[in-house]
Amino acid sequence: MNTIHEAAPAPVDAQSAEPPVESPWRRLWGEFAESRLALLGLGLLVVIVLVALAAPLVSPQNPYDLAQLDVMDSKLPPGEVSPEGKRYWLGTDDQGRDMLSGIFYGLRISLGVGVASTVLALATGLVLGLAAAYFGGWVDAVIMRIADIQLSFPAILIALVLLAVLGQGVDKVVIALVTVQWAYYARTVRSSALVERQKEYIEAAQVLALPRRRIVFRHLLPNCLPPLIVVATIQVAHAINLEAALSFLGLGLPITEPSLGLLISNGFQYLLSGKYWISFYPGVALLTTIVAINLVADQLRDILNPRLKR
Amino acid sequence: MLAYAIRRLGQSLLVLLAMSFLVFIGVYAIGNPVELLINPQADAVERARATAALGLDKPILEQYATFLARAAHGDLGRSFVYNVPAIQLILDKLPATLELAVVAMAAAIAIGIPLGLIAGLRPHSFIGRAIMAGSILGFSLPTFWVGLVLIMVFSVHLGWLPSNGRGETVLLLGVPVSFLTADGLAHLAMPALNLALYKLSLLIRLTRAGTREAVLQDYVKFARAKGLGPGRVVGVHVLKNILIPIVTVIGLELGSVIAFAIITETIFAWPGSGKLLIDSINQLDRPVIVAYLVVIVTIFIVINFAVDLMYSLLDPRVRLGGAEAGD
Repeated sequence: MNTIHEAAPAPVDAQSAEPPVESPWRRLWGEFAESRLALLGLGLLVVIVLVALAAPLVSPQNPYDLAQLDVMDSKLPPGEVSPEGKRYWLGTDDQGRDMLSGIFYGLRISLGVGVASTVLALATGLVLGLAAAYFGGWVDAVIMRIADIQLSFPAILIALVLLAVLGQGVDKVVIALVTVQWAYYARTVRSSALVERQKEYIEAAQVLALPRRRIVFRHLLPNCLPPLIVVATIQVAHAINLEAALSFLGLGLPITEPSLGLLISNGFQYLLSGKYWISFYPGVALLTTIVAINLVADQLRDILNPRLKR
Repeated sequence: MLAYAIRRLGQSLLVLLAMSFLVFIGVYAIGNPVELLINPQADAVERARATAALGLDKPILEQYATFLARAAHGDLGRSFVYNVPAIQLILDKLPATLELAVVAMAAAIAIGIPLGLIAGLRPHSFIGRAIMAGSILGFSLPTFWVGLVLIMVFSVHLGWLPSNGRGETVLLLGVPVSFLTADGLAHLAMPALNLALYKLSLLIRLTRAGTREAVLQDYVKFARAKGLGPGRVVGVHVLKNILIPIVTVIGLELGSVIAFAIITETIFAWPGSGKLLIDSINQLDRPVIVAYLVVIVTIFIVINFAVDLMYSLLDPRVRLGGAEAGD
């Protein structure tokens, strides 16, 4: 890690005109780019997000427009050409739906659910964690005890029971994911806020008689962010994985919102008859997404962890 | 110590009570099981009689009170679908789940800790990087999809391993187990591997992270400077100090393995309690859902307590009695 680096060509928004050595963004990017695996992950992630955003533009067909489906083309293996001369690169499912298009649209839903639930859980956990750290006393005790109890049970179990009660639907899956995730953020924020609160700059701000709100949000919060960024990145991957598992069990999204997990579940019944592609390729897409996010998160954790600095 | 155990027991009972209340109310808000159980042509009188027979006509709080009173005697209600006591249904299925979970966890420990040590001692070597890359993959692989791929490769394509069921079982201390017969082992291999994969990666990463931080510490440098062999430095000085978080995680993850077995059991049609839960949710078999959760939460409470005890044995700095004084 101590090797001297040529300043990596950084396409980062280094909006400052300061000397590049000083810019923290550039330094972080330089450290991030030390791992080629992490760069690969970032590259993959950018492609995946772009594909998900542009799914209607890049998909060969709209997989949920029934007029575009041909039942005669059902369960074609990958690369097969239909009688009308359409080629299905990843084959078709039982409805004659092009798997490639299905995967592109599925990515949209999986990523959307993952990001939405992470953002909401982050916001909830941030507020509760900061409140616990700042107010202390019984506020702290109540919030953290609930978080403790909740974290002592596996996320999948809590989400499963919640969804069994709430029923299917995008909003319900997001509620379940936020419920199982907020505690991670609350804990992370609280512990770093407690450490930061003891430091001189907070004391200085208090001596300056700055308003409480300003101290919490402008001084305390920004300094608690690095560990939160790491947790949030990992949790996006977790959320996507969890949603897929729940949908696979038939408890997550309804059939009208086919995420990758639902596509895999749909193909399961054809697996034993050798028609592997219906569930295999959506799984590859899911795996690639999660690996990409984890590669990025892993490197972020290493460069943001002060204990590994020698 | 005794005071701690008693306080802990009290807290656990409170958690169990709160959980059973939430789940009871929640589960009773979904669907009407009478619709599923009686003949669709039945008239209103018949319907009312079936509802009354199940005790569903009473106010929900009264139903909960009845449930609690019976639960105190070990009766968690009768399954609507199978018409046998729910607790018996679960206890029949639980050994299969526990066997799967324990075998998976043992495999994860036996492989994960050595690999994590290697990766932690040589973080920049090829092998260290390869192990880490592998663990990221294992961490990222969606459990249920890995199960499908295993079936695809070993059952459909190669035809080596069976894709569902427990296979032949023998009685061990009165409990049927699969791992003592060849057929049972063949049935156990894929589900156990499937379930172990995530924990394996977790253990690799945890051991590696601990090792990396430990080898920078002064006591390790000192041990080396004393001229101790690498085997002793790693085996005693490093391992002992990183073992605390690892043991905690192993303990806590044992619970999560039982929970994640729900997915694995569904894929491999492993006749355990997780599959029973999913079936019961789909059939709105409320007593079984509630009973499953009561049992699983009890298991978790026991595991967490055992982990805390182990913690205090491994780390003399942890005094259990003082746990309440402040975090």
